[in-house]
Amino acid sequence: MNDRTELKAKNRKLLLRLLSVVAGMTLFAFALVPIYDVFCDYTGINGKTGGQEEAATDMQIDGSREISLDFIAMKSSDIKASFHPRQSKMVVHPGKVYLTDFFVKNDTDNPVILQAVPSVSPGLAALMLHKTECFCFNQQPLAAGEEKWMTLRFFLDTEFPEDIHNLTLQYTLYDITGKGETGAVAAN
Amino acid sequence: MSTIEHTADHDHHDHKPTGITRWLFTTNHKDIGTMYLIFSLLMFFVGGGMAMVIRMELFQPGLQIVDPAFFNQMTTMHGLIMVFGAVMPGMVGFANWMIPMMIGAPDMALPRMNNWSFWLLPAAFTIMILTPFMDGGGPAFGWTFYAPLSTTYAPPSTDFFIFAVHIMGMSSIMGAINVIVTIMNMRAPGMTYMKMPLFVWTWFITAFLLIAVMPVLASVVTMMLTDRNFGTSFFDAAGGGDPVMFQHIFWFFGHPEVYIMILPSFGLASAIIPTFARKKLFGYSSMVYATGSIAGLSFIVWAHHMFTTGMPLAAELFFMYATMLIAVPTGVKVFNWVATMWQGSMTFETPMLFAIAFVILFTIGGLSGVMMAIAPLDTQYHDTYFIVAHFHYVLFPGAIFGGFAGAYYWLPKWTGHMYSEGLGKAHFWTSMIFVNMTFFPMHFSGLAGMPRRIPDYSQQFADFNMWSSIGAFGLGLSQLIFVWMLIKTARGGEKAPAKPWDGAEGLEWTLPSPAPYHSFSTPPKID
Amino acid sequence: MKIKIAFNMILIWGLMGMAIGKKIKLTLVTLLASLMSQAALADIQYNLTKGVTETSQEVYDLHMIVTWVCVVIGVVVFGIMFLSMFLHSKSRNPVPAKFSHSTLMEIIWTTIPFVILISLAVPATKTLISIEDNSKSDIDILITGYQWKWEYKYLEEDISFFSNLSTPSEQINGEAPKGEHYLLEVDKPLVIPVGKKIRFLVTSKDVIHSWFVPAFSVKQDGVPGFINEAWTRVDKPGIYRGQCTELCGKDHGFMPVVVEVKSAEDYASWIAEQKVLQEQAKIAAAAASATSWSREDLMAKGEEIYNAKCAACHGVDGKGAGPFPALDGSKIANGPADPHINVVVNGSSNNMMPAWKGQLTDAEIAAVITFERNAWSNKAGDLVQPAQVASTAKQ
Repeated sequence: MNDRTELKAKNRKLLLRLLSVVAGMTLFAFALVPIYDVFCDYTGINGKTGGQEEAATDMQIDGSREISLDFIAMKSSDIKASFHPRQSKMVVHPGKVYLTDFFVKNDTDNPVILQAVPSVSPGLAALMLHKTECFCFNQQPLAAGEEKWMTLRFFLDTEFPEDIHNLTLQYTLYDITGKGETGAVAAN
Repeated sequence: MSTIEHTADHDHHDHKPTGITRWLFTTNHKDIGTMYLIFSLLMFFVGGGMAMVIRMELFQPGLQIVDPAFFNQMTTMHGLIMVFGAVMPGMVGFANWMIPMMIGAPDMALPRMNNWSFWLLPAAFTIMILTPFMDGGGPAFGWTFYAPLSTTYAPPSTDFFIFAVHIMGMSSIMGAINVIVTIMNMRAPGMTYMKMPLFVWTWFITAFLLIAVMPVLASVVTMMLTDRNFGTSFFDAAGGGDPVMFQHIFWFFGHPEVYIMILPSFGLASAIIPTFARKKLFGYSSMVYATGSIAGLSFIVWAHHMFTTGMPLAAELFFMYATMLIAVPTGVKVFNWVATMWQGSMTFETPMLFAIAFVILFTIGGLSGVMMAIAPLDTQYHDTYFIVAHFHYVLFPGAIFGGFAGAYYWLPKWTGHMYSEGLGKAHFWTSMIFVNMTFFPMHFSGLAGMPRRIPDYSQQFADFNMWSSIGAFGLGLSQLIFVWMLIKTARGGEKAPAKPWDGAEGLEWTLPSPAPYHSFSTPPKID
Repeated sequence: MKIKIAFNMILIWGLMGMAIGKKIKLTLVTLLASLMSQAALADIQYNLTKGVTETSQEVYDLHMIVTWVCVVIGVVVFGIMFLSMFLHSKSRNPVPAKFSHSTLMEIIWTTIPFVILISLAVPATKTLISIEDNSKSDIDILITGYQWKWEYKYLEEDISFFSNLSTPSEQINGEAPKGEHYLLEVDKPLVIPVGKKIRFLVTSKDVIHSWFVPAFSVKQDGVPGFINEAWTRVDKPGIYRGQCTELCGKDHGFMPVVVEVKSAEDYASWIAEQKVLQEQAKIAAAAASATSWSREDLMAKGEEIYNAKCAACHGVDGKGAGPFPALDGSKIANGPADPHINVVVNGSSNNMMPAWKGQLTDAEIAAVITFERNAWSNKAGDLVQPAQVASTAKQ
């Protein structure tokens, strides 16, 4: 009989231990979300660019290398706005700071808040694209019918991989009106 | 049910409640094991019925039977039900019945939790099976439910699907915990870890996989739930999320999950082949280590499901090499089975036939697995019927044939009757022929470029699909032989001795057949 | 020889079938005939395509190496198993051997697979590295997946268009014989020149799609909000077909990819022609939007567009299907016009209904709405004009 209660206690102890493994794995699964973001930031997997301003550096301009840069302005399916880059193609030298802008116009009769989400291909190049100023860092409130040019200031790292000659920077414009801050919970 | 009533006649001395409450409130591992197995068989036929609808629609080009929206619900439900309703509960059923008897324990360690973990399943699957009848239809995004098709673009019933996944996840986790506690604490004195039968070992490792990854599945569906209803953006780029992250988390669960389904069948084959070869299992300890390394590797290969999502070269290389590495321990297992057969003294009763077919056909699935591990080739194979062929080879003639082998092997122990060898062989040969007829042509249609999950296809794929469909109908009908055999064996038949297989070893055979309601109340002696 | 036997077999079966006159036999004959013809003609594709690019050829060669390695492993392992089953059955070998381990054997069969895998990994790595080529491209094309069509945009040329399945629904529903390229044909294929490095930038507007052309060995997922890339350089002009390979909802099976590879000159003239066409279309659309249309014109044009774009979900009879609502007798189609225009222009809030703005002109939207409001049992009675669509689109 004594053996039995002892076994029961032992089972219970192990049960609790295993349950804590389960709880730990649940936490781990949620922790994967920020881990994934950090991982992407460091490795450039998936072409995520940093959501933060980076300091301008006085890098040596590498005039010998030319990289063809494409800008793509994409709108999500539910949006009523005009959105396009001033220049859809640029040839850039690593180390040199460039300034360009994107046109946006609210085509509705209501005020909206828009957010542009960047993506870079090839993904590894995302690490080498430094933005010192970008409209994607902020939400863009637009009054009914309002239009404006939004600034992007960037430079490519001088350590930009030698074998990459084409770079694409896409912005997808989303309407986040009414979603406010909660919409960006998982953002950073 | 009649099985148990019948066995009751033989065990008058056993104290056993009667009627429906016996099944509702039972904490007996044998009763719960029986319920798991019957439930699994039921789900096997529900999921199989859906497969029949799919194959009917794919019998020839054009839309004939169902519309594409319903077709997608069928493929989704077929996958979910087979994976979570048929294969996994089936294996838990085997674990419940056999593990206590194999290690000399009187019951599972946590009997009341055992009861609860079973009864959650009918609840979960009732919800799941009702979803197609809801407004907007059931889940139609495949068993892998990739976001955003399963979040922003999914029907309202998806929330019920998430609820069902939560419930069955709880059930699996509790079942796994029970197995671990039983194995760690309840072994008879002298039953050291390295003396445990291999089936116990494979289940032990499977249970650890389960408690490691089922919470991840629960978490990923929870993220879906909050994305759908509470304004988060885990998988929505608009709020800073990423649909590809869904795939990373899903496959972090999903890859170990495929080993969860196959490892117990490895254990079954490792019990059956030595019995009918009348020779000890070759390389017991290397079998244990191989199973362990397969389980370990399963955590670092997940992204091989995602080669086409746009990964950097370094990641592709890593996941390619890691995946190829799995072939080594898997190969060790196959070679050990072959070596067990070598110079044995084999007879080919139904369990042995299924076990040998398991080894051969699983190896075919394994070899096509090596092919798709190679990243540049996977560009061509990914999401085509080649993949469908591969995972059906490891799941149907793999996991499920393993289950059939185990069922025939232990039926005499469970029911006290010998099954009809004629029916068993008929079931085996029809299944064997039709399973290959169904799934082998899929390799060809896949290589020719047919995408998976499509309700209609261009004419170049017509012949292969017709073969597959005919095979599938045959395969479906063959399973009725199994049911007939089960009913017959449960009702009566030749009385089984305690040890019906002369080559069998293990504690379960020291008990009379049918196994008494309470066994090993005093632990057996192990030398 | 084979063909002759097959023919005779079909004949015999056919005669038997006719003699007995049972329908079931006839079905069997056609079935058998189709299987036989396949075996006899052997023109059916059952292996990976060699394709028309250096990459696809490399992939094919690697595939063949790996396949043969797997076949040889299979034959050896299964051969030993069958040999054992034959030699070591109870009747032939009544006394089983006693051995149950051999360290040497286990080391050998751990090492051999390892060596084989390394020998496969070497060419696989080489191929993978050659695919990962970031050299300068000649032409950049943005591919956007939609439920359920593709949009192609030539980044250098300011040309863009949608590519829809062109197989008529009668063929799909078995009311007409199926064409040669059943389900693999589109209204407007992607056109690229031969011998140039084409860079495909792939993304999506809604769910994940995957752009797949087996002959190029290109399969790239399009992920909403993200951009990915793949490339090809095609050696041979021709028309190459593929499909969407990532489950993307109801019509996943009905969004093929067709790529037409032209010579440099043909490509140049095609580009020039597209520019003219696009300009003309713009003018025509503007003109159409400015005019008021008659009921007959709106209804006729509307029915045409409805059958091409809307009937897939809402049904030719307007009765809907599954999650897709019926239009016949619906509140929207019989109520005020503005909400109706709004849902067609901007899509529904649950994303089930796509936004047609940008895919159809104002005039086309006006026509299809007019049609929906006056077809079947719907009796809204009003006409919707392009100008009204333009103004509603802004709200």
